[in-house]
Amino acid sequence: MLLSNLPALQVVIPLASAPLCLLLRNPRHAWGCALVVSWVVLAIAIMLVRNVYTGGTISYAVGAWATPWGIEYRVDMASALMVLIIATIGAIVMPYAWRSIEHELHQKHTGLVYTCYLLCLTGLLGVVVTGDAFNLFVFLEISSLSSYVLISLGSTRRALTAAYQYLVMGTIGATFILIGIGLLYMMTGTLNMMDLSQRLPEVADTRTIRVAFAFVTVGVSIKLALFPLHIWLPNAYTFAPSVVSAFIAATATKVGVYVLLRFFFTVFDARFTFAAMHVGEILMLLAVAAILIASVVAIFEDNVKRMLAYSSVAQIGYIILGISLASTAGVSAGMIHLFNHAMIKGALFLAMGCIFLRLGSVELKDMHGLAKQMPLTMAAFVVGGLSLVGIPLTSGFISKWYLVSAALTDGYWPLAILILVSSLLALIYIWRVVEAVYFNMPGAQMHKIKEAPASMLIPTWLLIGVNLYFGINADLISGIARRGAEVLLGQALP
Amino acid sequence: MSPEITVLACVALPLLAPALIAALHRWPNPREAVTLLTSGCLFLLVYSLHDAVLQGARPAIDLVEPLPGLKIGFEVEPLGMLFALLASFLWVVTSVYSIGYMRSHHEWRQTSYYSYFALALGSVMGIAFAGNLFTLFIFYELLTLSTYPLVTHAGDDAAREGGRTYLGYLLGTSVIFLLLALVWTWSLTGTLDFRSGGILDGAVTPGTASMLLILFIFGIGKAAVIPFHLWLPAAMVAPTPVSALLHAVAVVKAGVFTVLKVAIYIFGIDFLAEIPATRWLMYVAAATILLAALVALRQDNLKLRLAWSTVSQLSYIVLCALLVTPLGIVGGALHIVMHAFAKITLFFCAGAILVTTRKTRISEMDGIGRRMPWTMAAFTVGALSMIGVPPMAGFISKWYILFGAIEVQQMFVVGVIILSTLLNAAYFLPIVYAAFFRTSQGNPEVENKDAQGEAPLMLLMAITVTALGTVGLFFFPDLPLDLALQLAGASE
Repeated sequence: MLLSNLPALQVVIPLASAPLCLLLRNPRHAWGCALVVSWVVLAIAIMLVRNVYTGGTISYAVGAWATPWGIEYRVDMASALMVLIIATIGAIVMPYAWRSIEHELHQKHTGLVYTCYLLCLTGLLGVVVTGDAFNLFVFLEISSLSSYVLISLGSTRRALTAAYQYLVMGTIGATFILIGIGLLYMMTGTLNMMDLSQRLPEVADTRTIRVAFAFVTVGVSIKLALFPLHIWLPNAYTFAPSVVSAFIAATATKVGVYVLLRFFFTVFDARFTFAAMHVGEILMLLAVAAILIASVVAIFEDNVKRMLAYSSVAQIGYIILGISLASTAGVSAGMIHLFNHAMIKGALFLAMGCIFLRLGSVELKDMHGLAKQMPLTMAAFVVGGLSLVGIPLTSGFISKWYLVSAALTDGYWPLAILILVSSLLALIYIWRVVEAVYFNMPGAQMHKIKEAPASMLIPTWLLIGVNLYFGINADLISGIARRGAEVLLGQALP
Repeated sequence: MSPEITVLACVALPLLAPALIAALHRWPNPREAVTLLTSGCLFLLVYSLHDAVLQGARPAIDLVEPLPGLKIGFEVEPLGMLFALLASFLWVVTSVYSIGYMRSHHEWRQTSYYSYFALALGSVMGIAFAGNLFTLFIFYELLTLSTYPLVTHAGDDAAREGGRTYLGYLLGTSVIFLLLALVWTWSLTGTLDFRSGGILDGAVTPGTASMLLILFIFGIGKAAVIPFHLWLPAAMVAPTPVSALLHAVAVVKAGVFTVLKVAIYIFGIDFLAEIPATRWLMYVAAATILLAALVALRQDNLKLRLAWSTVSQLSYIVLCALLVTPLGIVGGALHIVMHAFAKITLFFCAGAILVTTRKTRISEMDGIGRRMPWTMAAFTVGALSMIGVPPMAGFISKWYILFGAIEVQQMFVVGVIILSTLLNAAYFLPIVYAAFFRTSQGNPEVENKDAQGEAPLMLLMAITVTALGTVGLFFFPDLPLDLALQLAGASE
């Protein structure tokens, strides 16, 4: 009974416990509640992924209403990978959150943070398990609205404008998605994705469907911060509380990519997306621009969180580049990088949170000589940074290998060179930090700084450990990603 | 212990030693004992393998498979055996030297120094015993990263600049060219295993193979072929033992070792002969030999002169790989060993002079042979070996290289080697001459009664061993020669 309801539990448990967190007046209880829920969510996610891995795609009718009338939850390999990412990051971030939130936020906001976090978790998980286009929109908005609140809770007043900017951009994106889904409903009379995919080919050659496709693509591109629609992202990541930056950077944009994949390959099909709408060429161009421009901008950023935010824009470029190849190898490379980048960025933002806790700043000029005071945090940053660059034995290397070989297999050798050259740009911006913390003379106040507490170091190193583990033994992730790509493309290609 | 486990232990031992070294950071003597013990054990382990390898055994072991079809695994073959023997033996000597040098010089961060040194040697063992190109690449990158803290050991601005150049060149070339070549080779052939006769023959056209060869030769930045050689002079900001073992032996030889491995086991020398780029790259290597020697001639800083000389000598080995004849392969393999002994002796001497007299410039070293006769005698042995004068080790490798060049009628290679021999003499002999036959006029410090005496004993011990080795290898070259001949036999 319990096992057959896993897809619903995945969403319902965090949703139901969110108000509970708000009702618990004591911040520590609220945190405890969020912590337990995160771990339960991870346990459910692991069971769910195992079921999908062994038994294939799971279809679940919510409230036992038969599809296509009721809402269907549909978990295939691609969803399973996303569930795993979101639940893992959530479970690792929560133990870390207590000290960081306590330090950065006013006590009266603490309950709110955990409530919004659980809502955000609900939304993100909901997006990836649902098989219903409108339900997907609803969950996407649950996650977006809660993340606007989370970002606005940042310790400086600039967090408010950052959240507002995100709110405006995010709402435009949401509206576009809603218009797109509305047009699809108008033309087909259904909202179930599988049903949509069967009915769309009859009407595919109409202007309405093309417009719907365009609206959805642009709307989702805003959510996933595809260059040049990324302008909300750097501020949002910079001024959000550290925990929120880590959680959102690792999950929210990735879920955006997932939505894009769903629409491209499941709702529409690959032939329509890439042959009729020529999205491949556009995405490839934008991805290349994102990789180059955002990496170069990152090199010149002095705020390290902001630098990492621009780096995220570039890394999203890599993921989109893989997808734009429209081959099984390309899409699975994109999905592998999706997972690996979530783990890398999560770890790097957590390291930044440790620094912010002790130093009160993540500006490069304040971090001079920090490595002597916080050796473990900085070592974590270096390993995470090397993984971002794609040094062997880290997960970033696995991503890079798959991306380059996918590009070469399809004959795009300039892309292969671009991927390799741009990984050196990552080396430059990571090494600026390394040189500042290891070589520059420490300031007068530096000797007072202590190493971060264990409750924050352990989660950070846990994510670093995940990076190293999947750099040496990538079978699991590459297997899931390949099968996910096959599921996505298989529906389109006979 | 079965040979497979020994191979694994050879890689694991130096990679695990840093944990113990770091744990003992409060007690310098036990800490250094760990380094000495590890290096000694490592050499014995490596040495215990050589008999079996000479008899044709190829102990192999696979660990994990990060990417489908690409394993991290080890396999010992003659060239790797030779390289591992060389690096592990010289590590023992360098450890003795390091202890003397670091203590006399009152260097800071000695714990991290010994830790990263052991890590670097572990990476070298991984390169030497790599069972496929993928494993080799992983340890190649690890070697770059583990030597970065050693290069920047001083922690000042010069070290930071040097480190930047070091990392930029080495990671830049390996990530852009070498990794591209790897993925490309893999997508063309579906394997990155080392096989005698190569894996590319028959799988690609000579045009594609040309591109790949260019990517490989320039991608292996550690071989320091012009124009990707500037990291080596930049690395001279490191403490002298690092320059001696890593930037005259382990790191640079890892580069040319990789070149030889790729030439023999990825291309196969028969296929290499059919590739148009081989000839062009030979010209590049020849140009590197001559240009770097000319630059060396103009250096006043002793370590820099030695570094430029290394750049020049490394291209001998690259040239050997491109000669596409078994005799050339023998010459290249031998030159790895012979050059290593001579060059490490020269660096040891440079370090001894620095520790004893604080001098780094050649122009200040007039008459230094009277104060430090033992050191400068060893320096002379090293210099003569670099020139290729018998009875020094350098003569043997040069002999085989010339033999190989004549065999394939490459008279221009013969000319380059003769010219470079003259240049070697031109930049080494004046140092020897000035040290012994000039008096240090206007240089009161050498005359000063307080500033008398030779280098510390531990330094002299290390110098003596490598200098004796340089002479000894002329008379008893059997072990390296047998391994090199077996390698050439396998490559036919």
